[in-house]
Amino acid sequence: MIHYLDITKEHCPMTFVRTKLKLAQIDKGDILEVLLTEGEPLENVPQSATEQGFKVLNVEQVEGIVYRVTIEK
Amino acid sequence: MSLFEETNASPKSGEANHKKLSLIAFSGDFDKLTAVFTLATGAAAVGYEVNIFFTFWGLDAIKKKEGRAFIGKGFLPKLFGFFMGGVKAAPVSRLNFGGLSPKIFRYMMRKNNVATLEELIEAAKALGINLYVCEMAMHILGLKKDDFIHEVKDVLGVATFLKISEGGRTLFI
Repeated sequence: MIHYLDITKEHCPMTFVRTKLKLAQIDKGDILEVLLTEGEPLENVPQSATEQGFKVLNVEQVEGIVYRVTIEK
Repeated sequence: MSLFEETNASPKSGEANHKKLSLIAFSGDFDKLTAVFTLATGAAAVGYEVNIFFTFWGLDAIKKKEGRAFIGKGFLPKLFGFFMGGVKAAPVSRLNFGGLSPKIFRYMMRKNNVATLEELIEAAKALGINLYVCEMAMHILGLKKDDFIHEVKDVLGVATFLKISEGGRTLFI
């Protein structure tokens, strides 16, 4: 199952908080697509997901400063 | 009602690559409590075990009564309880203007889509951050565990806090 999360309007620390809580809610094996902006969210959301044992499948630019990070739980 | 669904997101001691942040929340100031909960939720969200030890004025952040209330056992504790108030009565550490500034800050935070102190506290609960009450401060103020939000994990003294925070980073705010 694929879940979606848009944190492009969020600021620190809610960018990480919303991603973490969403990942905690979904089932193992599910996919989470996170829309985020470049800078701290882009640098740290994929990294912290990896550190916490999740699998970052893809990072792609959507438009301008907006990126899509695909994470598998 | 909670803004966030509660999870068991908090990592447990003993897990591999275990990282830990322990905060001593001494201040009851709106701005300093915002710093406490910003650091705490950010750290928990990137995989840290987070402990917050509330003492003295910091206890205001986790009282059940969020406004001003005569809580505590005895005349002086009740008076202090009223003047200290809860999280909604927290002043800013500078330029408080008789309580006007926290209202302005909350407005500016919402306007700029930055989490308010109350939202950060809700997030802290959802992230499973460990909240502890200082036993000594609680007794001075004539309070009991039931005067605090039910998410409070325990009432502790220094020795237990040191044990809990061992092996991680500790900040005093």
